[in-house]
Amino acid sequence: MITPQIAVFLILAAVAVAGSLSLILQRHPIHSALSLVVVMISLALMYLLQGAEFIAAVQIIVYAGAIMVLFIFVIMLLNAGVEERTNLSRLAKFVGVPLGGVFLLEIAYWIGRATLRLGAGPQQTVSTRELSTLLFREYVFPFELTSFLILIALLGALVLARREE
Amino acid sequence: MVPTSYFLVLSAVLFGLGVIAFVFKRNILTVFMAIELMLNAVNLAFVTFSRALGQLQGQVFVFFVIVVAAAEAAVGLAIVILIHRNRGTLNVENVNSLKD
Repeated sequence: MITPQIAVFLILAAVAVAGSLSLILQRHPIHSALSLVVVMISLALMYLLQGAEFIAAVQIIVYAGAIMVLFIFVIMLLNAGVEERTNLSRLAKFVGVPLGGVFLLEIAYWIGRATLRLGAGPQQTVSTRELSTLLFREYVFPFELTSFLILIALLGALVLARREE
Repeated sequence: MVPTSYFLVLSAVLFGLGVIAFVFKRNILTVFMAIELMLNAVNLAFVTFSRALGQLQGQVFVFFVIVVAAAEAAVGLAIVILIHRNRGTLNVENVNSLKD
C-alpha cells in the first residue's frame, strides 16, 4: 500500500538520485553544480516530510543559497571549461566501475536490512522552539566555537586568495 | 508515515554516488561538490535517526555539519583559486608536484 507520504518520498528520492547521477555524468562544472542544487532542494523537502522545518530552511538558505552560490561564483571566476576526457584505463573500466556499483548496492542493502525493524518513529513534529532551547542551553559552547571557526575560515580564505604584489 | 529504512537506504545510495563522483571526476571543483553530496547524505541519516529515536540531538548535529561545511567551502574554494593561479589548470591529474 502506497500512502501519499510514501508517494512523495519516492518522487523526491527519484529526483535526488537523478540529480546525483547527473552530477557524475555532466562534463561541465556548472551543470554539475546545478544538479547538486536540485539534490539539495529535494533533500530539504525530505526534511520537511520528516517534520524538521528548521533544518529544511537552513538547508535551503545556507546550502542551496550560500554555498552553491560560492561554487558557481568560483566556476565563473576561473572560467572553468568542459572537463577534458581522458580514456578510462582498462583497470578502471572493468574493475573500478563494477566495484563502485557493488559497493553502492551492498551498503544500501545492508543498511536497509539492518534498520527494517525500526518502524516509522514518533509522529509528532519537532518545534523549532525546542530545538533552539537545546542549541542555546546544552550546546551553547560548540555554537560559539562555530562562530570562531567561521571567522577564522573567512580570514584564511582572504589570506589565501589575496593577490601578492 | 514513511518507514525509517527508506530514508536510510536513500542516504546510503547518495553517499555511494558521492564516493563514485569523488573518485571518477577530474575537475577539482566537481570533486569538491562530491564531498558536499556525501555531507548531505550523512545529514539525511542524522535527521532520520533523530526522528526514529525521538531525540533532537541529531538535528543539532546537522546544524553544526552545515556550519562546518560552509567554513570548509570558503577555505577550499580559496585553495582552488590558488591552485588555478599557480598551475593554470583545474584538472586534478595535473596537480602532481609531489610525484616528481
